[in-house]
Amino acid sequence: MIPIEYYLSLSAFMFIVGVVGVLTRRNAIIVFMSIELMLNSANLTLVAFSSYLGNPIGQIFVFFVMTVAAAEAAIGLAIIISLFRNKKTVNIDEINILKW
Amino acid sequence: MNLYDFIFYFFAALTIVSAFFVVTTKNIIYAAFNLLLTFFGVAGIYVLLGADFLAIVQLIIYVGGILILMLFGVMLTNKITNVQIKTEASFVIPASIGVGLFAGVLIAILLKTEWRNSPADIPISTLVPIGKLLMEEWAFVFILLGVLLLIALIGAASIARKE
Repeated sequence: MIPIEYYLSLSAFMFIVGVVGVLTRRNAIIVFMSIELMLNSANLTLVAFSSYLGNPIGQIFVFFVMTVAAAEAAIGLAIIISLFRNKKTVNIDEINILKW
Repeated sequence: MNLYDFIFYFFAALTIVSAFFVVTTKNIIYAAFNLLLTFFGVAGIYVLLGADFLAIVQLIIYVGGILILMLFGVMLTNKITNVQIKTEASFVIPASIGVGLFAGVLIAILLKTEWRNSPADIPISTLVPIGKLLMEEWAFVFILLGVLLLIALIGAASIARKE
């Protein structure tokens, strides 16, 4: 049997890769993809615990997280498209009108 | 190494390699397709963990929905004919310091904790318990999420439309 540490390490790796993407990439859509990676790694942790504890509540929670992720994807892409229409760029270094 | 282990290592390697390429590749289209492979690998691991319903939902929502939305986003925000698709990285040194600290904390927790290592009996299908929980105990949250999705769709349409 696979010990639970393996699943948790995989999920931790995915989360760290997502953090690297958010911190280093300058394209808004890549940042968005990295956020999806982090959401997926949290989901993987929840499913692993749910399976190893024999409790389906964790899977219900993952289902809810996926629903909110879908809503977030729709809103986020709408904002990115609207930004592109107004500023002609999706580089997050150039989108700084809220910066003091 | 039995078949179960082999399947785990296969999907874990698929997930790790494609997740790595998502954040390192310069081309957004490649990143999107590597993200597809990542979602697919995670869905395979869900099947291995006995969460068959979630694996299918992962494929339908992430691969079928969110990823297509992202490809539309790439298409609408980049001039495909130019070389605009290439993007570069920045802030590598401060980011690597922060990420290194964070990874150290995660690994320390992972090694220090005594995890319970005997898996519970993996059920044949999780559809029936999940359906019962969603319709009885969590029915209110379920309906609320439906309303949230409706609001999000209306909001997305109204944000993205032309004035």
